[in-house]
Amino acid sequence: MAEMTLIEAVRETLREEMRRDSDIFMMGEDIGPRGGVFLASEGFVEEFGEDRIINTPLAESSIIGIALGAAVNGMRPVAEIQFADFVWPAINQLVGEAARVRYGTDGGKTAPMTVRIPYGGGVRGGLYHSQSVEVIFAHTPGLQVVAPATPYDARGLLRSAIRSNDPTVFLEHKKTYRLVRGDAPDEEYTEPIGKADVKRAGTDVSIITYGLMLHHSLQAAESVAQSDGIETEIVDLRTLRPLDAETILESVSRTGRAMIVQEDTGAVSVSSEVSAIIAQDGFFDLDAPVMRVTPPEIPPMPFSPLQEAEFVPSPERIADAIRRLAEV
Amino acid sequence: MEINVNESTRRITAESGLSWPAGLSRDRLLEAYRTMCLSRALDVRIWTLNRQGKAAIAASAQGHEAAQVATVMATDPTRDRYLIYYRQLTAMLALGTTPTEMLMQFLARDGEMLSAARQFPLHGSHPRVDLFSFSNVVGTQLPQSVGVALADKMKGRDAVTISFFGDGAASQGDCHEAMNFAGIHNVPVVFLCENNRYAISVPLSQQMPVESIASRASAYGIPGVEVDGTDIVASYEAIKEAVDRARSGDGASLVELRVERLLPHTTDDDHTRYRSAEDIEKMLELDPLPITEAMLRRHGILDDATDAEFKEAARRAVDDATDAAEAMPFPPVQDMYRGVLESDSGVKSNG
Repeated sequence: MAEMTLIEAVRETLREEMRRDSDIFMMGEDIGPRGGVFLASEGFVEEFGEDRIINTPLAESSIIGIALGAAVNGMRPVAEIQFADFVWPAINQLVGEAARVRYGTDGGKTAPMTVRIPYGGGVRGGLYHSQSVEVIFAHTPGLQVVAPATPYDARGLLRSAIRSNDPTVFLEHKKTYRLVRGDAPDEEYTEPIGKADVKRAGTDVSIITYGLMLHHSLQAAESVAQSDGIETEIVDLRTLRPLDAETILESVSRTGRAMIVQEDTGAVSVSSEVSAIIAQDGFFDLDAPVMRVTPPEIPPMPFSPLQEAEFVPSPERIADAIRRLAEV
Repeated sequence: MEINVNESTRRITAESGLSWPAGLSRDRLLEAYRTMCLSRALDVRIWTLNRQGKAAIAASAQGHEAAQVATVMATDPTRDRYLIYYRQLTAMLALGTTPTEMLMQFLARDGEMLSAARQFPLHGSHPRVDLFSFSNVVGTQLPQSVGVALADKMKGRDAVTISFFGDGAASQGDCHEAMNFAGIHNVPVVFLCENNRYAISVPLSQQMPVESIASRASAYGIPGVEVDGTDIVASYEAIKEAVDRARSGDGASLVELRVERLLPHTTDDDHTRYRSAEDIEKMLELDPLPITEAMLRRHGILDDATDAEFKEAARRAVDDATDAAEAMPFPPVQDMYRGVLESDSGVKSNG
């Protein structure tokens, strides 16, 4: 068991998978000698060579389109979109094409590809280095969407994504890269795609969350436990498509109170879907209305520090919300 | 990089050619013409089935037949790969698919093997031929084809990828990105543009400020060649050169085949709304079937009896295929739920 940061977990897992399977190759902007802007592929071009670590032109649509073609023809590409904010030119190749390959050929062709996307804010990224882009993928049949928040989950889920025979969007929250440290075994374990994980047990309130907001929620839960004696259960979704309705509903049935915390804006989002799942299948377990803690409906997110801090749900704001929900 | 023009690629034309380019023979040309006759008969039938309310939509290959049979002749279907779009009916037949298989797509019948009748005709993949086409979004196949070819290069496999596209797709950003990457990485792909001068209704002059799509090749460091796509021999020769180049490890090429689209864009289109009577009349003179027929007759390859036999055989094959396809049911509703992901045991219906 080694302690590592989340970016180290990503890097080491990529390295191990590349060593294990010669069909895996990477493509993306600046992933060569630069090692990627977040150093996810630091030292890779030296070890694996330019044929397997392809430094691409600045052209996101073809990064995904070429990865897709290679995947259909027997390779197992891992494409990197440098910042989530830059994925929009590639949406057609990913949502329009990759997601429909298996269905559109009735299984005649498949696209075993992983698209790694650093996303999220709170890093002074402004409107174009802070975006949360998960909802467009989480809405798309034919894609799997994974958003780990700990080094352990990042390792286990990245292995599963790379080994999966379907296109998988792998979302890495930029602020967790170096902020979040944790234990992750050296052995070759996998974590299942589509399974949420209860990161904190509790009896009074359920928080359903993912990404950086897992850590803000954990802080808030400790705070209200000490100050108010409220015990919060925290469900880390980890996978956004398919959502693990079973784990969400089980938790809500234990606590009777559900709160969804996310960094993405709320309208028509993951929190909307989780709310609908609870309303449809967990309604009679509820002792209070479902509560959502989300940013305001403005384009994410202002560059200036006070406004950015106000935008992202803080541990304090989440703690206040827990207290209010527990009182209902 | 040299940019060839019509003259150079047409140095061995039907008029001059007693010596066919390497790989062509009288038998192969005759077989190509037989496929063109079959494609035309099938194409006409599909249009009729649409007007009868039986085929929901069709994009015709009429006018593109010589270019497409030339492409298939210049490649090796046992090892090469083909990314088509929606106008490659002739190429599909030349690659060995059957009229019944094609009609099952247009009629959306159960057992349709490209996409289980989930997609428009000519989209999906085929179990016998390494071809696929996923999308109606024009030009997406161009970067995909580069990825297919890149995989073959990485694995050292002897396969060339043919990337079919039209003049409309040439305006997409994906076209630029694909050719740029292919040029950088020397991937074994042939970008094969069937330029019929119209993107639905938008004429070439409103699509691009230059006359030739092939002329763009110099920007990607690859050879570009423009050919008369109604001339089967010239087309074959130009494509063969590009395929040989890719096969020998010298990378990508761009071949532009100038053809005419003899029918409207699809069965839902009416080209008299945007093509002049003169344009349509001129276009009809460039029908590759009579052009190829006349060339073969001039060289004593085709006679009246063989021509009549081909056309009669095509008519019978299309009649039989129509009967066979029409006799099949539509796919049952429950089949729509399967195969979204490998892990799916089947999606549940709503409600």
